[in-house]
Amino acid sequence: MDDSSRLSRVFAALADPTRRDLVARLTERDATVTELAAPYDVSLQAVSKHLKVLEEAGLVSRPGPSSRRSPVHLEAEVFDLMTRWIERYRQRAEERYQRLDAVLDRLQTENRPTKTREEDAS
Amino acid sequence: MTTTKETTIEASSDVPTIVITREFDAPRALVWRAHTDPKLYAQWIGPRSLETTVLTWDVRRGAAWAFVNTRDGEEIARFFGSFHDVRPEERIVWTFTYEGVPEGVALETLTFEELPGGRTKLRILSLVESFEFRDSMIASGMETGVVEGYEKLDALLPTLR
Repeated sequence: MDDSSRLSRVFAALADPTRRDLVARLTERDATVTELAAPYDVSLQAVSKHLKVLEEAGLVSRPGPSSRRSPVHLEAEVFDLMTRWIERYRQRAEERYQRLDAVLDRLQTENRPTKTREEDAS
Repeated sequence: MTTTKETTIEASSDVPTIVITREFDAPRALVWRAHTDPKLYAQWIGPRSLETTVLTWDVRRGAAWAFVNTRDGEEIARFFGSFHDVRPEERIVWTFTYEGVPEGVALETLTFEELPGGRTKLRILSLVESFEFRDSMIASGMETGVVEGYEKLDALLPTLR
């Protein structure tokens, strides 16, 4: 899978609020399915289903046998990939707007003499 | 004077959008002018290593825009679209297509917000048809990707001689 389709899968997995919440909680520490399901008003099966989507996107892993007692682990590197691409994109936008800053600075410098005259008049 | 806040970016996981926000140390009228005057726009929109030539810049509802990026007279990338809505100093809505991916189109809404102290906040909401397209935009970086490719080639060529 190339980086961009991997990124799509990650975004799709995170499109669901419950899954985002599961991920947020896993950033603190590993947890079992039972622990993860505790605060929700949904079945263990439903939570397992969400975890499966996250697992397929490479966001979480279950090192042990797929039982309710085995811990779920967050794969932080996948977030690094996402962060890296977004940061690169942001950096390019930032560079663009620094060029706009320079254009705006120049326009304001050109306008300044007029302003001074107005101030003198008042 | 560099109180300018850095660009922020948000890629939603619910809809295929990218939201960019940036503040400028300049009044709204000027930020607006830098977007609507093609001579000014050409000065900052393209990567520094490329020259931007605006071909069409008809800032009216329903009218067209197009610009081309060149390096040493050689065309690198071309972009086109049309102005869907223009409200002076408030917002521009336009479509945006990179000719290299002609089936792709972004619908972009640019909002110009006046801030205290003669500052301006610019927000660009970019909506595309699928998450795949949005994410490939983020991952590949369109024109800059092309440019970087050429830069690599430039570096490689002398070693081949």
